[in-house]
Amino acid sequence: MTRKRKRLYIVLGGLALLGVATALVLSAFQDNLVFFYSPSDITAKNVPDGRSIRVGGLVEKNSVKRESDGVTLDFRISDGSQTVPVSYRGDVPDLFREGQGVVAEGKLNKGTFIASTVLAKHDENYMPPEVVDALKRSGHWQETGPKP
Amino acid sequence: MRRLLYLLPVALFVAVAVYFLLALDPNRDPSRLPSAMIDKPTPVFALDGLAGGKGLSLDALKGQVVLVNFFASWCEPCRDEHAILMKLGKDSSVQLYGIAYKDKPEDTQRFLQQLGDPFRAIGLDQTGRTAIDFGVYGVPETYVIDKQGRIRLRHVGPLTEADVAKELMPLLKSLQNS
Amino acid sequence: MIVELGHFALILAACLALLQSIVPLYGASKNHAGLMAVGQSAAVAQFVLIALAFAVLVNAYVTSDFSVVNVVENNHSAKPMLYKITGVWSNHEGSMLLWVLILSLFGAAVALAGDNLPPGLRARVLAIQGMIGVGFLTFILFTSNPFLRVSPAPLDGQGMNPVLQDPGLAFHPPFLYLGYVGFSVTFSFAVAALIEGRVDAAWARWVRPWALAAWCALTIGIAMGSWWAYYTLGWGGWWFWDPVENASFMPWLVGTALLHSAIVVEKRDALKSWTILLAIITFSLSLVGTFLVRSGVLTSVHAFAVDPARGAFILVLLVLAIGGSLTLYAVRAPSMAGGGIFAPISREGALVLNNVLLTTAAATVFLGTLYPLFLDVVNGPKVSVGFPFFNRTFVPLMIPVALAVAAGPLLAWKRGDLRAALQRLWFAFFATLAVVLIGLYLAGFKPVLAILGLGLATWVGFGSLCEWAERVKLFRIPFGESWRRAIHLPRASYGMTIAHIGFAVSIAGIAASAFETERIELVHPGETLQVAGFNLLFKGTEKVPGPNYIADRATIEVRQNGATIAVLHPERRFFTLQQMTTGVTAIRSNFMADLYVALGDPDDKGGATLRAYWKPLVPWIWIGAVFMALGGLLSLSDRRWRVGVAARRRVPAAHPAPGE
Repeated sequence: MTRKRKRLYIVLGGLALLGVATALVLSAFQDNLVFFYSPSDITAKNVPDGRSIRVGGLVEKNSVKRESDGVTLDFRISDGSQTVPVSYRGDVPDLFREGQGVVAEGKLNKGTFIASTVLAKHDENYMPPEVVDALKRSGHWQETGPKP
Repeated sequence: MRRLLYLLPVALFVAVAVYFLLALDPNRDPSRLPSAMIDKPTPVFALDGLAGGKGLSLDALKGQVVLVNFFASWCEPCRDEHAILMKLGKDSSVQLYGIAYKDKPEDTQRFLQQLGDPFRAIGLDQTGRTAIDFGVYGVPETYVIDKQGRIRLRHVGPLTEADVAKELMPLLKSLQNS
Repeated sequence: MIVELGHFALILAACLALLQSIVPLYGASKNHAGLMAVGQSAAVAQFVLIALAFAVLVNAYVTSDFSVVNVVENNHSAKPMLYKITGVWSNHEGSMLLWVLILSLFGAAVALAGDNLPPGLRARVLAIQGMIGVGFLTFILFTSNPFLRVSPAPLDGQGMNPVLQDPGLAFHPPFLYLGYVGFSVTFSFAVAALIEGRVDAAWARWVRPWALAAWCALTIGIAMGSWWAYYTLGWGGWWFWDPVENASFMPWLVGTALLHSAIVVEKRDALKSWTILLAIITFSLSLVGTFLVRSGVLTSVHAFAVDPARGAFILVLLVLAIGGSLTLYAVRAPSMAGGGIFAPISREGALVLNNVLLTTAAATVFLGTLYPLFLDVVNGPKVSVGFPFFNRTFVPLMIPVALAVAAGPLLAWKRGDLRAALQRLWFAFFATLAVVLIGLYLAGFKPVLAILGLGLATWVGFGSLCEWAERVKLFRIPFGESWRRAIHLPRASYGMTIAHIGFAVSIAGIAASAFETERIELVHPGETLQVAGFNLLFKGTEKVPGPNYIADRATIEVRQNGATIAVLHPERRFFTLQQMTTGVTAIRSNFMADLYVALGDPDDKGGATLRAYWKPLVPWIWIGAVFMALGGLLSLSDRRWRVGVAARRRVPAAHPAPGE
């Protein structure tokens, strides 16, 4: 095995892997970017059912209702001009209130947004990042995304 | 050729660094909200005022360039920005109006008595309906409405001196001259 | 007065760091022993000074000195003592001070423990450490001074966010920084080697212990953060792929690659410039992580709360450190062409595969983390890149890594025999097959990926055992003979086996998460909730006061087959000062599975929403990480590392320096 030959193998192997990685990334970008929409965007852009998206806006006043199972929460997110009905099963963050800003992540299903996570606006002083992410995960939302 | 390969890491880093630099741009607001209302007609509203005040309606604003500030007595950042609003209120070229968002009239009254009242008129949006029509995310928020009654700017969060100098005043000037 | 002393010590440390970054470098170029030795005393003195500054800040917290802004903002007199201390690094300024403390600790360690290093190399390494020190000390002094005073002093502080008042999170940052900053040493070694223009087996032998130590700390730090998230956040998630986690994960991935490629440099004198590049990239990613999370670029809470000067300052440091080292690399590395040649199928080949896959995986994580920011900068749509992206890119790249982990160590150096290696893995192969078939039989085809994941874990775990059995010739020679061999195997070899088994254990824990069951229900006192064969009898909640909170404490009897096997007490704590509620989950673990209960919103009839999960093998995720770190530590304790000088003489250097 000459040195040139070895290098050729390594370069070929590297290129093949790079190709595979690029293909993986591109295909994942194609399907798995979670776009942020306002309720108006959803009405205007005809977002298809079943795609993971984020919806942000205000929790509309008098729209929050618990279903009879005591667990599922129904409410509407509004951006002023349009509203989207949201259904969410689980605990909402402590800062979730009517009239407050929220961002919900989930999928549309026949006009209703089935949320998998609901993040509420949070107001905190700057903290070290190792800790900020912790807060964020706990539902006290603060991040780069659209923010109330 | 082989040297070029060794230059690749540093070249990639330069690209990433330039992009970090752009991301640091202080004018880039990571909380920027795509507003659905920009350049749209201002939603119609007619709100009662404080006892003895005249209230605020869209009709009354028509034909002039105005600033509309959503505030509330319970909102801390609103207190922070109040000094700046007071300054704006003293400027005779600025038409500053206030909408008290989900606030008890007596609280609003006390708030303004303590800190001063910069507004030409105040509307009470106790239900929050007008705020929802405007697309308010949280108080304070400030809107610029042009002579044709279209929303031209939305500022989320408290105003700072820099916002006023760099963003608000130039826009107000150009709208007034148009 | 004491506080000013801390500030003064920090300024002095910055001056010493400046001295340390210039004098030894000059001394090394002139081969002047006295000037080179300055580096050692400067490094030790710098550590003492920063430790003093840190002690001053700790003292201010412990004594609740509210004349210091930083203490006011993050401390409260009613806070328990543990969190007064950990509060020191729960904020930006204090955590940066911890960062430089650890940096100077490593600098001092190189100065004191580096007696077997050639003086020139040691002087240069210390000089580079000094430069990093100058950068970060000036950053603290100019943009993030923790010693600023406030006058008049308020009566009490603003307290610390309740979510942070947790032992798991309290010690997560120090370990993380030990990891991040530990890689500064390998970085300094790499840059010093580039300046000297020489990399050889001895160099790799000196670098590897530092890389191992940093890697172990980072492993523990990441695992701790993930475990904390798991038990506090109340829905059982343990990894979120969010930018801040990714910022710690990327250096870990590349650092893992570095550990492995350094072996090739040490044993075979090959992959030298690649290893140097990895050492630079690992620390660069630590720096990029620091930049991303502290500049407000990604995690901006309030645009006005983050000082843009900080971001700009770190970016300048980034450009100097990364840009400078990579430019030096571009100039010097081409002349360092490697020594040993090898066939693609060989131990080296397997390690190259490991390296390429790990770095590619790190690159996909990098892309996924920065892409939303990129779109935002060019005013594109708002997106976030979540779980699905990483599952589709990262996971497929890890599968070949796992496949290769078992076979790689069985291949010979230079030219290996893959068929022979696979033959020796027959036991692992059958074990894997058995796990997959049993899994499919029991669970059906639905969670087929999870079952294959368990199979992969079996393959890696038993593969590592096979490799060990091969080394001691188990069952092929008398048992006593095998035992003797087992005792005499070097610790580094056990380290590898244990770390690889840890990897397998973690894979199993991750794969098994597909089998978890979940119940969320509103229950009233006397009602039960069933999950995975357990009956959870809800007996109601009561108010329990804590030191700085009031808790709603639930009592839940866990029954299985009619017998009560445990009583669980999940809580919701209301912190009066911050007006915030945090949850405390109750977990019953037997190391094979967790029964996980979180208390949700109460209703007005004494009931509450309960979330109960049964999570098989989930503790294995962190047990595996602990194994990996233990393996690393075991390897670190191998006596080979302490006999470096003799080794350098024996191994012919690629470019012998004059005078050696």
